[in-house]
Formats: sequence, structure tokens, C-alpha cells
Amino acid sequence: MKPGTTAAACSALLTRDLALVWRRRGDALNPLLFAVMVVALFPFALGPDQVMLERIAAGTIFVAVLLAMLLSLDALFRTDLEDGSLEQLVVSPHPLALLLACKIAIHWLTTALPLLLIAPLAAQLMHLPDVVLPVLLIALALATPLLSLIGAVCVALTVGMRRSGMLLTLLVLPLIVPALIFGAGACNAAQAGLPYVAPLLWLGAWLVLAVVLAPLAAAAALKISLT
Amino acid sequence: MQPLSDEPTPLLEARGLTFARNDEAIFGPLDFALHAGEVVLIEGDNGSGKTSLLKVLSGLLEPTTGEVLLNGTPLTLARLSHQVSLLGHLLGLKLELSALQNLRFAVGLGGIRPGITPQLALASVGLEGYEDQPLRSMSAGQKKRVALARLLLLPAGLWLLDEPYANLDRGGIELVNRLLDHHARRGGAALITSHGAYAYTSGTPRRIPLRAAA
Repeated sequence: MKPGTTAAACSALLTRDLALVWRRRGDALNPLLFAVMVVALFPFALGPDQVMLERIAAGTIFVAVLLAMLLSLDALFRTDLEDGSLEQLVVSPHPLALLLACKIAIHWLTTALPLLLIAPLAAQLMHLPDVVLPVLLIALALATPLLSLIGAVCVALTVGMRRSGMLLTLLVLPLIVPALIFGAGACNAAQAGLPYVAPLLWLGAWLVLAVVLAPLAAAAALKISLT
Repeated sequence: MQPLSDEPTPLLEARGLTFARNDEAIFGPLDFALHAGEVVLIEGDNGSGKTSLLKVLSGLLEPTTGEVLLNGTPLTLARLSHQVSLLGHLLGLKLELSALQNLRFAVGLGGIRPGITPQLALASVGLEGYEDQPLRSMSAGQKKRVALARLLLLPAGLWLLDEPYANLDRGGIELVNRLLDHHARRGGAALITSHGAYAYTSGTPRRIPLRAAA
């Protein structure tokens, strides 16, 4: 790959961000521990009643995963803004939206993918019926990138502010409620033996839309944040 | 200072450039041209808008009025070519990564000048043997030298340097001057900000005084 081409820039950015996550791997594990702890605490709080746990299992896991992802969202562009890397990205001749898409992809790979991998364990903790597990995994696989993408736009809007954590949460939560309703709804439908494909297709449609539009929106918002 | 019509197209040209933040004028109007082989100092007190000017010239900020021409074509936020290297107050380096990792990333992003490698660039800024050291364990001056090595690597003809002498010892200041001379001799141009106590020693560079707009 010739240095300086857009492909080389994306691969350099992916390599660098992966190396950075590896250097801060303690921080990267934080969302994972958070999600496991939340799911593990529910049976303690509500009692080990299998029927009730089965009923709330999918929703609980969904909420835990989405909240865990919110934890790491604020840091998505902050360090880059603080050390000037973001300026170098903007001044570079490559489309900013594409570079941001790479950063969002790394966020999903390093936060959501580990959460997806431990989801079967969380499902066991909550007595989720085995037939629902594939539906839960598919719903999470569609909803988590959606959160990474929507979250990135909100982070780009708020990153210029000094204390943006609270505002970010307020912005992101209403935007991901539909993903939660449809994702958890698909699991509940599967559990009740009802058709569950339609809500998953809706999630997929939103994901496709977000993959195209969110990086563009994030790039525009970041340029505003930099001024 | 007005360029004659038979002169070659300047690398960088500003026409009636002003910048205002929240309706408060920061600088301008400014008219100047920067030709290949020139090193120009922007002088002004703290708060006179030097950093804002460099940001406008590199496309990070939109000018309020006027325009910036790069090689005769208007600069737009959307599209920049490999023509400008910016060295700001924030160096844009990752403290967790080594000098070499930082430079390799810069090369991937911005391309590379023919005939140079990241190792060579580090050696020529006096950081031989520090290739694999994380930047976190380096001094402020050494980090600055890594950023200078990035300037050497990238193929940009125009350097926009914001206070390049800050944090550097005497050897470092000489190094910056040497790099600037070398860059000018091979047809590059550089715009340097300085708050008066400038350290550029070779020849008498052209100066652009910057005063806060009335």
C-alpha cells in the first residue's frame, strides 16, 4: 500500500487505534466488567425465581450491554482532541468521514464485540431459554453498531465542551430507545413463540442507514466542535 | 509586497483575510503572499491571533472574509492536498506509543517524502536510539523533536509552524533553523509564528506584523 493514499491512511489509523486500545487494555475491560456485574446483580436483587428471571432476561442483558457501551463512548474522540491528533486528521487530505468511520469501527470492535462474546454467559446467569439466545445475539449484533454510530455523532457534537458526559447521555439515550425496543422486542417475541424477524429487519435497516449517514454527520459535527 | 504579474504563483496567498469570533475581530484584514524558498515570521503579542491565523491558513477555521489560495487555488475545508504540514501547540502525538509508531502513523496518513525513512528522520532530529521509547517517558523538548521529524517525513511543501521554538534548548533551536533552511533551499516555504523574541537566525526573514484588529 502506497503511504498517503486513503487506504493506507485508514489502515494506519486502524493499526494505531488498536495499539492504543491494547496499551490501555485495563480501561477497555471496564464496560465488560460493568455489564457482567449488572446482569449478575439482578438475580441477587430479585431472588432466584427462574420464571421471573426468564421473563426479564433478554431485556436486562440488552440494557446492560447498551449502558456498558455508553461508558466508553465519551472517550471516542476526546483524547484525539486533547492531544491535537484530531487536527492532524482534519488537515490530512483524506475524507474525514471515512477516518471517523474507522475510529467508530474500532470502538465497536473493542467494546461491543467482547460484550457480544460474553452475552451467552450472561444469558446463562439469567436463565434465558436456549432457543432465544440466537435471536438475542443477532439483535445485539445489529443494535450495538447502531449505538456506536449514533453515539459517535453525539460525541462529535459535545466533544468541544468541557464537561459533556451528562449532556452526551441525555442526547444518546432517547436516540437508542428505538433500538432497545425493537431488539428486546424481538427476543420477547421469540420467547413467546411469536414471529420475531420483522423487528430484526427494522434494526438492520436502521443500521444500514446509520452506516452511511452517521460518519458524515459526525465529520460535520466535529468540524464545528473544533472551531 | 504586492506580487507582480510575471512572478510565479505563490505557494500560499492571503487576500483580505479577516477572522472574527463571536463578532469580535481577531485579526485582519491581511494580504500577503508566500513564495517557494521563503521563510516568513508572523510576529505579534500574545492574543494577537497568530494561532487563529495558522488555523485559518491550514483550513481548520473558516475565514470571516477574504480567501486563502494554495498554489493559486482556493483552499476549502472539504479538500486539502498533501501541501500543508501543520505543527500546532498540540503536537498531535500519542503519548502511549513509541516515536517510531507515531511517525509510521503520520506517514500512513500524510504520505512520505522520497528518500527518507522514519528512522532517518528521527536520527536527523537527534533522537537516535529513542525509536522505541514511548513518548510518555520523553521530555517536552524531545516530544517536540518527534513532531519536527514528522515535518521532515511528510511531503508537504508548506510548513505552518506555531511557536516551533517553544520548549527547545539551544541545540533544538539551531535544529529548527537548520530544518527551515534546508526546507527553503529545496523549494519549500514556511510560515512561523513568534511572540517577538524570535530565534530565527539565518538571514533576515520577512516579517508580517499582526496586531489585534481595531
